Amino acid sequence: MKKAHVSRVIGRTGTYVIAILLVVWVLLPLYLITVMSFSTKSGVYIFPKPLFPQPISTETFLFFINSTGVLKSALNSVIVAVTSMILAIIVGAPAGYAVARYIFHGRDLYRLAVISTRAFPAVILSIPLAVTFIKWGMYDSIFSLALVHTAISLPFTVLITGSVFAGVPKDLEEAAQTLGCNGVTAFIRVTLPLALPGLAAATLFNFVGSWNEVFSSVILTVRNRTLPALVLASLNVSPLPYRFAGALFMLLPSIVFMFFIRRYLFNLWGRVVK
Amino acid sequence: MKRIFVKQSTPYLLILPSLLFLMIFFAYPMVEAFSLSFRNPAGSWGWETFRTMVTDVAFWPALKTTLILTVIIIPVQFTLAMIMALVIQAKLKGAGFFLYIFSIPLAISELAAGIVFFAIFTDRGFLNTWLMQLGLISKPFLFLSYQNMGWLIFTVLMAEVWRSTAIVMVILVSGLQSIPKDYLEAADVFGASLWQKVTRLILPLLRPSIQVALILRTIFALQVFAVAMALAGRGMSLLASESYRWYMDYRNANVAAAYAALIMVLSILSAVIYIVALRTKPEQEMAV
Repeated sequence: MKKAHVSRVIGRTGTYVIAILLVVWVLLPLYLITVMSFSTKSGVYIFPKPLFPQPISTETFLFFINSTGVLKSALNSVIVAVTSMILAIIVGAPAGYAVARYIFHGRDLYRLAVISTRAFPAVILSIPLAVTFIKWGMYDSIFSLALVHTAISLPFTVLITGSVFAGVPKDLEEAAQTLGCNGVTAFIRVTLPLALPGLAAATLFNFVGSWNEVFSSVILTVRNRTLPALVLASLNVSPLPYRFAGALFMLLPSIVFMFFIRRYLFNLWGRVVK
Repeated sequence: MKRIFVKQSTPYLLILPSLLFLMIFFAYPMVEAFSLSFRNPAGSWGWETFRTMVTDVAFWPALKTTLILTVIIIPVQFTLAMIMALVIQAKLKGAGFFLYIFSIPLAISELAAGIVFFAIFTDRGFLNTWLMQLGLISKPFLFLSYQNMGWLIFTVLMAEVWRSTAIVMVILVSGLQSIPKDYLEAADVFGASLWQKVTRLILPLLRPSIQVALILRTIFALQVFAVAMALAGRGMSLLASESYRWYMDYRNANVAAAYAALIMVLSILSAVIYIVALRTKPEQEMAV
């Protein structure tokens, strides 16, 4: 008995050690890029590299933000991400609701189509779309890019909203209908409020996806770059302070968003995979 | 009569907008990718574009490096993700904190991850600083030289594993949570070791989740692009970066599309292999 207890304590301590090592593994690179971004511009080139900025300075970070095109691209990124996350939920959520609530001919086929498109992201679609957009006069437009980002996030949105709606008991909606609601008002007053947190989490996730997307952004834009497209296209010619501060600038919003959706993460995936 | 019609058309009206989107932005470009690959830039049909792709000096290195990366990334990532998932399942104090930290890379872009690891691996970077401080080397080692392809692949691997293991972890944790507690308790009662629990109980029950994660990760590994651009610049050929190069530098959308078509075929092929090898019920297949 005692021996089992001792081995459990050792096992538990071991698990903590592994957990902490993994935390260090995730956080250390983030810390190092923060050190670089808050050094002076000349501090970025120091070798050997210090573990703390010497001295702490906003010079590098401001240098990136004030570089030509950065603020405009950041604004483009936000516009594309917000547009596509709104479009994706408007187009995707009704379909998710249909899959969750109705049994209809072609439902399985539709689900299969959605599931398989989930696996074909930007790299495959961008080149043909670029050729088509040039033909249609839609090339180099952030609105076109927002449409593509919508399409990329749509399969995920349909599946996730489907599982969110499936998580709201149908009985509640039917009860509301016996109490005088019609189908639409029952949805708006009962189902929607209950589904809202899950829908919001899915939407934030789409924002991050669009904010991070680089391949189709760099292929489909020339002058109207998003931030990742701008940074990628200038990798060869940009100085280190620009790249390092740029990386941190792209990372920060994602980490904040992650914080807000972390609670929904496993619900979202759990229901879809189950 | 009218009422019934309305009810039956409702789901179709609800899926119609998404269906249109999928037709325009998935079905059409996929067909177009193949049709571009079978034409030359002047527009006449034939195998010329594929011949140009295959005879280009960068083609075989690109294919080889992409496959090497994929083959190494997947098992490393799954082992690591499984360890992370088991740590989360161990219900330590601060499990919520660990979970948040472990899932941070989920939100990090390929490009940002590539630049972060560039700061570590570049010749005047952090790793060389530490190796010299430890006295292991006397002058900076060139990890990121195209003459050291092995090391270059290693650095891309480190960045990719750091960035994209979180998604596998999330899928595995979701799967683990759906395993009934009784099973694990029963295993404890019979004195099963951790290794036995993992190999005899957890892995078999996790098969649907593992299948989802394998398909997703393999397909995304075939498209590694920005990480390699940030770390190696033009020094490393991958399928996705060759597609980019042909489109941006050589202004040849046809060869670029041929690379896209090749990635698509490899993706479908790997998905089919996983589905056949890890057969489960249809509704469990790659639902993420």
